Amino acid sequence: MATPLVRARALRKEFAGHAVLRDVDVEMRRGEILGVIGENGAGKSTLVKILAGIHRPTSGTLEIDGRPASFHSPADARRAGVSLVPQEFNLAPDLSVEENVFLGAEVLTGRRTLDRTGMRARTAALLAELGANVSADERIDRLSAAQKQLVEVCKALAFEASLLILDEPTTMLTRREIDRLFAVMRALRERGMALVYVSHKLAEVKAVCDRVIVLKDGELVRESAIADIEPPEMARAMVGRELKEIYPTERGSAGDVVLEVRGLSSPGAFHDVSFTARAGEIVGFAGLVGAGRTELAEAIMGLRPASGTVHVGGVDARSRNAREAVRRGLGYLSEDRAGTGVLPGFPIAENVTLVSLRDYCRLGPVVDRRRESEKARTWRERFGIKAPDLDAPLESLSGGNQQKVSLAKTLDPAPRVVIVDEPTRGVDVAAKQEIYRFLADLAAHGAAIVLVSSELEEIIGMCDRVLVMREGRVAGELAGDAVGEREIMYLATGLQTAGATA
Amino acid sequence: MNGTMAALRRLEWERHAALVALLVLSVASALLSPFFLQWQNLLNIVRQVSYTGIIALGMTYIIVSGGIDLSVGSMAALVGSLAVLALDAAVGAGWGEGAAVTVAVACAVVAGLVCGLANGLLVTKGRIAPFIVTLGTMAIFRSVSLYMANAGEFRSDSSLFGELGSAAPLGVPLPAIVLVALAAALSFVFHRTRYGRYTRAVGSNARVARYSAIDVDATRLAAYTLTGLLVGISAALIAMRFNSVGSSTLGINYELDAIAAVIIGGTAMTGGRGTIWGTVIGAITLGVINNMLNMVGISPYLQGTVKGLVIIGAVFIQRQRQ
Repeated sequence: MATPLVRARALRKEFAGHAVLRDVDVEMRRGEILGVIGENGAGKSTLVKILAGIHRPTSGTLEIDGRPASFHSPADARRAGVSLVPQEFNLAPDLSVEENVFLGAEVLTGRRTLDRTGMRARTAALLAELGANVSADERIDRLSAAQKQLVEVCKALAFEASLLILDEPTTMLTRREIDRLFAVMRALRERGMALVYVSHKLAEVKAVCDRVIVLKDGELVRESAIADIEPPEMARAMVGRELKEIYPTERGSAGDVVLEVRGLSSPGAFHDVSFTARAGEIVGFAGLVGAGRTELAEAIMGLRPASGTVHVGGVDARSRNAREAVRRGLGYLSEDRAGTGVLPGFPIAENVTLVSLRDYCRLGPVVDRRRESEKARTWRERFGIKAPDLDAPLESLSGGNQQKVSLAKTLDPAPRVVIVDEPTRGVDVAAKQEIYRFLADLAAHGAAIVLVSSELEEIIGMCDRVLVMREGRVAGELAGDAVGEREIMYLATGLQTAGATA
Repeated sequence: MNGTMAALRRLEWERHAALVALLVLSVASALLSPFFLQWQNLLNIVRQVSYTGIIALGMTYIIVSGGIDLSVGSMAALVGSLAVLALDAAVGAGWGEGAAVTVAVACAVVAGLVCGLANGLLVTKGRIAPFIVTLGTMAIFRSVSLYMANAGEFRSDSSLFGELGSAAPLGVPLPAIVLVALAAALSFVFHRTRYGRYTRAVGSNARVARYSAIDVDATRLAAYTLTGLLVGISAALIAMRFNSVGSSTLGINYELDAIAAVIIGGTAMTGGRGTIWGTVIGAITLGVINNMLNMVGISPYLQGTVKGLVIIGAVFIQRQRQ
């Protein structure tokens, strides 16, 4: 057998001592499309970032054409013929297609000026080759997502890439655009290129790849020719693992309906979502990234325009902003702690009362700082927040403790409905377990909890009922014994019938 | 433990850096000139910095909330012009001098409030960058006041108005008393009330503030309106001082001095962090620098150079500490 284009041996990557990629052996061959699948956090992105020179492996080796290679930067990788089309495009929106394709590697004329004619001709030729209906002079911000993607591919070709990695390339594309992209990928394969296709969408992997590897918890758990594996089997390989006992086992019974959402739609995000949550109940929202779950939570909280109805305790609770939503008994822990959750430079106590500050004011607007710090101390004890000084800035705490402060902030106004979005993202196992206990405790005290999570284990361990979203719609609802990783995966990926017969 | 101590020391330094710098400057000035420490000279400095100092208090709120206001100098000219016009109209209508002065001050305050509100509405409801909005209104306010006065000046017809300009109860100039009283009140609001906390939160991260059920627009609007009101007070005091308003001279470079005072006082240009008393110290620092340069006999044309170096130095030190 011919030497593979790229061979990775025992690739390992650790972040702060925590292994996210564990001794993975994999090879990429010319004229082949390799699918890389796995759950969130399985190590897919880490693997492709090592290949593209963004991360350096903790241990393990890379060989290109049989020769050892070590990339210190993305530029190194590019010179060696490896190009990555990232999930978030790396294009300067104000520059033209041609300027972007050659950005950082401009071709010069004999007089040290830009060879614009040459670059434009080359870009136009590449675009034509890809069948892209885009002019080389067009500005990037006037292009659609699919066109931008082709510009990224074009960039890779301009550098004569021999390995092209596409990270979740179809999340923003329509069905027809996906078919076009696949046609381009197959054409590149025929030219002898090696391609890596990272995706959540198992049906697409089946359609376009020649071989597939499955990552789980940083390990390569399955490798197969595409002919020998069907999507349900892929799903099983992705999630098959035992549940650890970190979830609270005792749960009370559900009471009256507290939250009722009917026909909620937000253009471009989700459509016609209806569900209820009862007091004492934990309702899960599962689905793939981009299925519209966070957008749904934001719409309920008045942070995103939507049509439809929201009732809390039978009272109309449609809100135009988060203030109204909080007043009506809703609370939201956002998925993006740094971007929308807490203020790292603010003291811990001030973060805790950020939403509920009104309750600590007397004489109108004057903050009663004694009561405020008392309350912060109460939360510190209740959540076991490891913080000696509550006046210290939040950024002095570890991620897990910051997340507990964030949760305390959400819960301080005593909401009747608590929506938590990825509550344990980036948190260690011990803090995870505690957060699960708080949530169960909260439900036991009569709150209705909506848990949005991409971790299936968490959804199954915590929830009484699970709604699975796919492409902005509720694909199905599971309750009781029907809640399982396979069932959720099938609904989330649209492979329910295949799963039922598997 | 060592880390905590180091953090503590850093924090204290940050809080008092502006004060230390002012003390060093003052000692240097006292050594350079025997006149510096004379009571009359000190009072003069304080009076001179009070006008822009009052404006800088509002500018602190705006910068902490993540904005900027370039229009304050022009606004002072416009508002001052309106105040003198109102004063003269009241005197002309045969009102008592006390009533006329009251009308003039009220007019300045209300006009300033309206101008600040306009800035704030354009920033929040109009969703235009504060730099652009206030660059525009800077031109508009100046141009309107020039047009009204035909580029000349409005003279006050009231002698009481002018007397108030040099009033100094208990030996302290009136504008300095106003500055300290306002600084005390606004420092309380900044550190002890919900609104002050929201201002910092909005400037720290507006998205976090919005997700935390804080009314971001109202918070920003209030900062611009407050600044307008303070410009009104400042403009009335300057008009009293000269007993007139020069449409082409009043408020020139006030925006620069106000912003400089805020920054020298340790407020982060990126928002989210700052103190009111720091701004007062920043304003006095600028006054001391001017005073020292005058006494040493450095060309007034070079004073801008020194001021510029101090501003850049202050920000450079801030950057180094981060």
